[in-house]
Amino acid sequence: MKMNPMKTALLAAAAALSFSTQAADDTIKVGVLHSLSGTMAISETTLKDTVLMLIDEQNKKGGVLGKKLEAVVVDPASNWPLFAEKASELIDKNKVSVVFGCWTSVSRKSVLPVFEKSNSLLFYPVQYEGEESSKNVIYTGAAPNQQAIPAVDYLMKDLKVKRWVLEGTDYVYPRTTNKILEAYLKAKGVKAEDIIVNYTPFGFSDWQSEVSKIKAFGSAGKKTAVVSTINGDANVPFYKELGNQKISAEDIPVVAFSVGEEELSGIDTKPLVGHLAAWNYFESVKSPANSAFIKAWHSYIKNDKRTTNDPMEATYIGFNLWVKAVEKAKTTDTEKVIETLPGLEVPNLTGGTAKLLPNHHITKPVYIGEIKEDGQFETVWQTKGEVPGDAWSDFLDGSKDLESDWVKLKCGNYNTKTKKCSN
Amino acid sequence: MIRFTTSLRRCWLAACLAASLPLLAQEPSAAPDQAAAAVASAEAAPAVPTAFPDVLRALGSASLSERAALLNALLATKHPNTAAVLKAWLEDHLHVRDADGEMFITAESDAGDASSFALTDPVTLAASGPESADGFTKVGSNNALRKLLRSAVASFTLGSPDADVRLGAVREMLRAPDDATLALLRERRAAETDAAVQRAIDLGLASADLASDNADLRLAAVQVLSGSLAGEAIAKLEALRDPANETDERVRAAASLAISSISLKRSLYSGIETLFFGLSLGSVLVLAAIGLAITFGVMGVINMAHGELMMIGAYTAYVVQLLLPNHLAASILISIPAAFVVSGLVGIAIERGVVKHLYGRPLETLLATFGISLILQQLVRSIFSPLNRSVATPEFMSGQWVINDALSLTWNRLYIVLFTLLVFAALQLILRRTSLGLTVRAVSQNRAMARSMGINSDRIAAITFGLGSGIAGVAGVALSQLTNVGPNLGQSYIIDSFMVVVFGGVGNLWGTLIGGMTLGVAGKLLEPAVGAVMAKIAMLVFIILFIQRRKQGLFPQKGRAAEGH
Repeated sequence: MKMNPMKTALLAAAAALSFSTQAADDTIKVGVLHSLSGTMAISETTLKDTVLMLIDEQNKKGGVLGKKLEAVVVDPASNWPLFAEKASELIDKNKVSVVFGCWTSVSRKSVLPVFEKSNSLLFYPVQYEGEESSKNVIYTGAAPNQQAIPAVDYLMKDLKVKRWVLEGTDYVYPRTTNKILEAYLKAKGVKAEDIIVNYTPFGFSDWQSEVSKIKAFGSAGKKTAVVSTINGDANVPFYKELGNQKISAEDIPVVAFSVGEEELSGIDTKPLVGHLAAWNYFESVKSPANSAFIKAWHSYIKNDKRTTNDPMEATYIGFNLWVKAVEKAKTTDTEKVIETLPGLEVPNLTGGTAKLLPNHHITKPVYIGEIKEDGQFETVWQTKGEVPGDAWSDFLDGSKDLESDWVKLKCGNYNTKTKKCSN
Repeated sequence: MIRFTTSLRRCWLAACLAASLPLLAQEPSAAPDQAAAAVASAEAAPAVPTAFPDVLRALGSASLSERAALLNALLATKHPNTAAVLKAWLEDHLHVRDADGEMFITAESDAGDASSFALTDPVTLAASGPESADGFTKVGSNNALRKLLRSAVASFTLGSPDADVRLGAVREMLRAPDDATLALLRERRAAETDAAVQRAIDLGLASADLASDNADLRLAAVQVLSGSLAGEAIAKLEALRDPANETDERVRAAASLAISSISLKRSLYSGIETLFFGLSLGSVLVLAAIGLAITFGVMGVINMAHGELMMIGAYTAYVVQLLLPNHLAASILISIPAAFVVSGLVGIAIERGVVKHLYGRPLETLLATFGISLILQQLVRSIFSPLNRSVATPEFMSGQWVINDALSLTWNRLYIVLFTLLVFAALQLILRRTSLGLTVRAVSQNRAMARSMGINSDRIAAITFGLGSGIAGVAGVALSQLTNVGPNLGQSYIIDSFMVVVFGGVGNLWGTLIGGMTLGVAGKLLEPAVGAVMAKIAMLVFIILFIQRRKQGLFPQKGRAAEGH
């Protein structure tokens, strides 16, 4: 975000003017809807801090439309119904112009009706299972075709994997992702007996039988890999058990979609070294934008040890998209901003460009990294350019005919066969 | 000295053979014309240098994908220091000095201090340094490279005088066998004297012989493999049962026979394995529940903060480890009494501060202790941050005890089973054989009567609560070796703990032990069949139904004590 000095001066003047005339309306309110307590606080607190840092930086540059940004932070406490209540509070009581928030898919589904009813705007920064496209949500995290599918392609082509274990925590994201992956693998000619799908409860810690099953499945003479959508806390005991049962990444690699730098910073990484993760951003990717972002983050959070991760980058992209849209539309009016957003481009942190597509998803590069002992990733594979996000998977029945286009069709789930929009 | 063949693989084989004969190694000279010939014949397009120092220099600047070719080139130099370089590479001790691109084998100049390196020149073995680690870049590797490296390093130790080292080398080489490694193994087999190593080589060679053109050789290989227990053997033999793959009738019959013999043995061992998994899950449940069996079972206090007392124990282990960073094993041993004391004191404080005033009012006790559990969680979040903390596992507790190809037991689980039994025995001793135990039992059976006999029931209640809490803390140390140490640690175990105590029979420690083990084994028996989620649901439903039939659990209290409740 560079501004020429002329524009800055103008904005400053405008800011001064609006300050003198409209004392009550001198800031633009930005809602932050991330859990600061409860089980999800681990991940979401970081995103709250990221938004606050971005707002702080933007205000140092003069704010937006000459107005300072003001953060309104609420705590939905990892409680899904409370997410909807807090969202209404932000929109109705605090009159925020935009909300950055949510992590789990359940929380997003919980606030969705609130945003649609009041026609407000939510930026959602986490990788998710797809199969959704709302007029009022901008999805800056990865859709399955930007994380899961490329990761499986890498395993299939580069590591020559023939047998697959799809291991996940029992909730909507792993279930949908695994359904898509299973359909994709079968379409690629993998036989049903070479795939096992397995679910465990949240916070599962007794992995002995599961890992022993993986070991037996992998000893059939064909290269085997585990695709893990295991969530949060359950990962540490899982990798520990893999290490104890001597399953090394060299024999049966595990590629994870929910293990990032932040998660690795809290654990003993020795048993994980060599296992893989697929993301759209790694802290270790070298680019000027990334070094600047890491430096800014360290000085904002006053701790050089804190890591950056993929959802932080998605928050960064979402925030800059919103700022750009507001400046282009010259208003914070949600309807106008939503109309302006598609087609906008902002730089991402890995040296590329994120473009907002008509389906409210963005273009992202895909990286596969091996976990190193210091908790960082070493990129072993990456896509040539950015991959456009696909809201409706092409590999699921009932979803492959759907299309989302908020520019021409004004519809989130247009059926190309029946030529109808069902919302 | 160096013969260039069309395949680098052969070079490698030659190199490995030569390297195991130390006298053959000579300083190779770089011959430009020969190098050119190598480029023409080798498929790897970029010019692969041949002289040891040149290969090293190229290695430093090569990308990960180019390094595989350089690894083979390194082996082809047959330099006496190759083994040392490969070993350093595998262990991340191979670094390039950024200033001049020179490669060094590095070591931490002081133990535990990674900021400066003691350097060894890989060509001359001259030592230098120490120099600051900042000016060096590690020569990295990825999974594929590490696998090649391990196999290459192993091939150098094939001639080791220690049979265990040789066995390890054979196993490592058989992970990804190719013609070169097989030839090496055949060579070794002729000279091998140790039975275990002979057998490992035989099995590996037999597995390769299954693909032979000679039917008699295949038949012999099948017969050798029928004594194996490995899952890979079944998969290979399975292919031979198909008439499309195997034309010889005898081999097909032998393969069928071998498969059924291996499968039978494997299913026996997998039964033992499942039983062990069940016992180890059961012992975690018992460990978590046994403190509760005292506070809830013996004293009748519903302590919802029990899980948080375990969490405090786990954090104690973390803090002790922070204080003793270089003595992992000692820190775990020290943290057991430390956690007992810390959690015990917190427990006594809870009893004195809150629970004491609420005796006889179970509902209020439940709510008050639930509140305490939330306070403790938030306290830990404020002190240690909401992020999980890592407690490292000492060497003696990681890895597994390999009994044979079909059965191996993980050390950490084995230790925890033993630890649970120890804790249980100690607790039984305290309750049955000491005067403290006698008074505790007296107070729990009839408080008023105990008081009239001159027992200070207030003090005993506090001590009992402290004992139960201290045991929870000890359980926390054990859990820190299995799962996350975080603010939510306790919550994930509190339900299971109550389940075990209620199932086993309130007020009966033996009931807790047997109940916990039963639930563990039953859970693990169900899990492979119905999945982890359904197994958990099935267990809960089972317990609800069981409690309907037998309200007092597995081992109900008998006599007057039971009537007093």
